[in-house]
Amino acid sequence: MTAIQESDIVRLPRGVRLREDKRRGGWVLLAPERVFQLDGIAQAVVGQVDGERSVGTIIDRLCETYQAPRERIAQDVTAMFAGLVEKRVLEVA
Amino acid sequence: MTPSQAHAVQPPMGMLAELTHRCPLQCPYCSNPVALERRRHELDTATWRRVFAEAAELGVLQVHLSGGEPALRPDLPELVAACVDAGLYSNLITAGVNIDRARLETLAEAGLDHVQLSFQGATPEVTDHVANMSGAHARKRAFAAEVTDVGLPLTLNAVIHRANLHQIDDFVDLAVELGARRLEIAHAQYYGWALVNRAALMPSREQVMAAVERVEAARERLQGRLVIDAVVPDYHARLPKPCMNGWGRQSLNVTPSGKVLPCHAAETIPHLTFWNVAEHALSDIWYDSPAFNAYRGTHWMPETCQDCERKEIDWGGCRCQALMLTGDAAQMDPVCEKSPYHDEVQTLAVRDASGTSEFTYRRFSRATEGA
Repeated sequence: MTAIQESDIVRLPRGVRLREDKRRGGWVLLAPERVFQLDGIAQAVVGQVDGERSVGTIIDRLCETYQAPRERIAQDVTAMFAGLVEKRVLEVA
Repeated sequence: MTPSQAHAVQPPMGMLAELTHRCPLQCPYCSNPVALERRRHELDTATWRRVFAEAAELGVLQVHLSGGEPALRPDLPELVAACVDAGLYSNLITAGVNIDRARLETLAEAGLDHVQLSFQGATPEVTDHVANMSGAHARKRAFAAEVTDVGLPLTLNAVIHRANLHQIDDFVDLAVELGARRLEIAHAQYYGWALVNRAALMPSREQVMAAVERVEAARERLQGRLVIDAVVPDYHARLPKPCMNGWGRQSLNVTPSGKVLPCHAAETIPHLTFWNVAEHALSDIWYDSPAFNAYRGTHWMPETCQDCERKEIDWGGCRCQALMLTGDAAQMDPVCEKSPYHDEVQTLAVRDASGTSEFTYRRFSRATEGA
């Protein structure tokens, strides 16, 4: 499993796009010949990826929104990002 | 259709747009029908533009621009732009032998999202032989380099059969060397041209198992670097493949002349009538056409399938294969070990695995001319 550091800056590589799926509801990550349907949490996390923010900043921002323990959010976010990097739909800049 | 039925049918996610059946390659396993559609019957730019808009409205998220060779359409950049205008993710499925650097840049600027490039072999000898085109391999390599240089994500697609199954590791190396993000190792599926050539393509069970092991090892080794998706060969299997993830469930296919099919081989089922985009809205075809409703869901299934806990996992397998091998499209897929035809299929696979090695190449001819 790829380790994600809080100092890492992550971005969606070319060929991966986040968009709303109006017909079915919710948001999707469109990737080469694959579609990832995101749940509300995944959407909130991936929606923070802008290619400029560090993973740590993203965690801070999510803490403000969700008022949950930072440690817990950090764990979820880094695990989710690691999974997406492994699927090659997210990259460390 | 009653409102309750309409509610049960989900909108499609993906659309295969076969822009043309013309192709510079002659691969003996081509998924196009044996009766290829001629250029004079191809949809024009404006019609495709409308079809893409209707597809997006219907719920389609990704369009696979395919063929034949889609780059033989002079209007390909306009068609990519039409996908972008409709908000669709566009994927170009190409042989990569007729797109020069300038054209590739035009496609990228038009907003193309991804390129899937076929390799018939991992070496020039095998590629050029299988594609029946001298110099094809070298041209493909050069094209792959240009795709990554332009910055577009690249998938390599390798259709696997007896003549190249020994090259699994070489395909993996090629994908890594060419900077592909993804590799498809797709064992030939026996419809259309591949059915004609089944005896020259069918591997033995032992060869299949060895190939599956190679793919698994490569996947492990390259985790996070290369995504490897594999399509397994099913004649040697115990369980059927969930063909198209269910008939009329997630995707649709538009032929060069505008016929809309639940899968690219569906025309082999002779009693089905396929509606055309020239006469019907895509949404009406998806929800209301008899062909899409014929094998949708589970209502059509024979009793053995109805009682099976896998009926909503494999969706009864493949209808075209059922017809081909049992004479009845509503039979359970004969690959399934519960099918009374299962042993026959296995015997047939063993027989074909030691068949001729002569290919019947895919080409247009008077005898195979379509409507």
